[in-house]
Amino acid sequence: MDAIILQILNGLDKGSAYALIALGLTLIFGTLGVVNFAHGALFMIGAFCSVTLAKLLNLSFETVDPTQKDFLGNPLKVKTPYIESWFGPEVGATIIDWSVPLAILFAIPIMLVVGYVMERGLIKHFYKRPHADQILVTFGLAIVLQEIIKFYFGANPIQTPAPDALSGVASVGGAVGLNIAYPIWRLCYIAFSLLLIGGAFAFLQFTTFGMVVRAGMADRETVQLLGIDIDRRFTIMFGLAAAIAGLAGVMYGPINAPNYHMGMDFLVLSFVVVVVGGMGSLPGAVLAGFLLGILEAFASTTWATTTIPGINQIIIYLVAIIVLLTRPRGLMGKKGVMED
Amino acid sequence: MFGLTKKDLSLLGIVAILTMAAPFILNPFPTESAMAQFNAGYPDLMQKFVIFGIFAIGFNILFGLTGYLSFGHAAFLGVGSYSCVWMFKLLGYNVLPGIALSIVVSGLFALLIGVITLRRSGIYFSILTLAFAQMSFALAYSVLSNPKFNLTNGETGLQVYADDPQWFHSANLPDLPHLFGLSMRATHRMTLGGWEFQFNAGYYMCAIIMLVCFYLAIRIFRSPFGLMLRAVKSNQQRMNYTGLNSRPYTLAAFVISGMYAGLAGGLLSAVDPLAGAERMQWTASGEVVLMTILGGAGTLIGPVLGAGLIKYFENIFSKINESVLHSWFGFLPDGLEDFVITIVYPFVGKGWHLTLGLIFMLVVIFLPGGLIEGGQRIGRLFRGKKASKAGKSATTEPAE
Repeated sequence: MDAIILQILNGLDKGSAYALIALGLTLIFGTLGVVNFAHGALFMIGAFCSVTLAKLLNLSFETVDPTQKDFLGNPLKVKTPYIESWFGPEVGATIIDWSVPLAILFAIPIMLVVGYVMERGLIKHFYKRPHADQILVTFGLAIVLQEIIKFYFGANPIQTPAPDALSGVASVGGAVGLNIAYPIWRLCYIAFSLLLIGGAFAFLQFTTFGMVVRAGMADRETVQLLGIDIDRRFTIMFGLAAAIAGLAGVMYGPINAPNYHMGMDFLVLSFVVVVVGGMGSLPGAVLAGFLLGILEAFASTTWATTTIPGINQIIIYLVAIIVLLTRPRGLMGKKGVMED
Repeated sequence: MFGLTKKDLSLLGIVAILTMAAPFILNPFPTESAMAQFNAGYPDLMQKFVIFGIFAIGFNILFGLTGYLSFGHAAFLGVGSYSCVWMFKLLGYNVLPGIALSIVVSGLFALLIGVITLRRSGIYFSILTLAFAQMSFALAYSVLSNPKFNLTNGETGLQVYADDPQWFHSANLPDLPHLFGLSMRATHRMTLGGWEFQFNAGYYMCAIIMLVCFYLAIRIFRSPFGLMLRAVKSNQQRMNYTGLNSRPYTLAAFVISGMYAGLAGGLLSAVDPLAGAERMQWTASGEVVLMTILGGAGTLIGPVLGAGLIKYFENIFSKINESVLHSWFGFLPDGLEDFVITIVYPFVGKGWHLTLGLIFMLVVIFLPGGLIEGGQRIGRLFRGKKASKAGKSATTEPAE
């Protein structure tokens, strides 16, 4: 029982990253009808937002401390981050320690702007072009973004540790007689993504803005005939989708140190998730994300890998192929989407 | 001649002359000069030009004609490489059985994948092929390299070991891939003044095979079959309404392009008998997409140009480092020199991917027909002004 719960947690953990990226992809696809191959790059940029913030917070000046000597006998140079000198050592250290959660606030405006610029500057011109062209140009954009990040941050992964308070191990399920040790940060990640997904759905379901967007997804032309500027709203949705991907990246930093190609690694799987969930279906994307994550976790157990070696590597693709062949529209895809 | 029109024949002739004279053409700078690092006329790179040319020609038969964008063609390249090395391991270093097997195996593999993936079109097809290629990569990288059943040798890459059977190997044959005794590494060097030209056996074998492939591609483009594939691209729905089943045609195109990819993979192994799983990774599939689009999808010569350009960039452009830049811009005043170098530096050397990505984006945005279309536009511009320069774009004749 413990083992099963543990694998479900592992799956939710991985699955929430898939679900968040797939949700953004589907939002873009459902609203603008664009297949965005650069979405993985947005995830990566999000992760590097937290790297940048950590670097900014750690900007420091050097002072010479005459009371201490280094190993050569010279006076020791002490580096003090500006933050610590402004807010006092303790508050400053805490702020630095919490840089990843703080990066959420830092990343939201950045990602919104990045998404907005990307849509207005590039993708706007590709609505009328065939899907192949959209794939190609966003693929090129992904390469460019990736290389820019690589130029500034180098090719090696950069550690972004979680705050001390959240980096330990928690015991899960003590109340119902289970004893599972699980990293706190991963639990935070699951909770955070559930919150984000819930927020996105609530936004679409309960606000007037969301209502208009949903109407536009269903029938763009009629909404335009009613005199609503749907394009502007869709642009904002693109920004939101970028922000969701970015936040997923920010929070993923402590789990896996960000490197410049992390986006591409996730992108391929996220596409598979979108297709399994059903092109254009938001609940489908989320559901498929979690399901495939859990499936992958179970396939990674020793029992599974000894029965069929390497099953954990191919399970997602295998499932995707089976789903597409038996249910061509995916789990929750609707008729008429992408069937031209 | 050869069942080609005069125009196609001259195109084939030009390509033949260019490939045969490549060791001269690609070596324009004397060995001792500062520009020598831009010489591309060394065997290793020339082989890559033609091999990836074959890969791109094959990809173009699928994407250029039918419009089906496959993001998983590297899988066939990898399968071809593995089959060829297996022939080396079992039969000996003669390249013919290896190349033959790599075509056959990748053709069968493409048939299997094609039957499944071609049930869908558009973006679904792209993602399905991507999924298959990633699955093949995972299989090759870890699953099929367990001690009980080691088909791919995993991370190390498949290679020939001393205790392999090599039934037809004999002592008088070279211990490297060869064609009936002629080693693929055999290189004849010719020194002419300050220049050194290298004529490599492996390169010429690959180049001749590429010419054959190119000829076949022209025939396919000009055949009723090719016309049918173009019809699929322009309006598949109408094709279906007229009562024609387009699936066999697309499947045939998929298998043919898979075989081209397999052949390219086999040749890669033939010139360097080591096959690794990274050849199957989806970035490799992306690369052939880049090549084809960059050169001009749907044109005959475009993909070959694109392949050459990208491989040139990868091998030559990536070598430009800071000191080279300093030597170039040394004539500028110091402050200006540093400024120029800071601007240029991110785009060259290790950052060549950035340049590639930017060029690719620009091509997709402004020149959907690739560099060929660019050449045509320039040609038209000249023709508009001066009729005498009309022949300028003759080498970049499009297929459409």
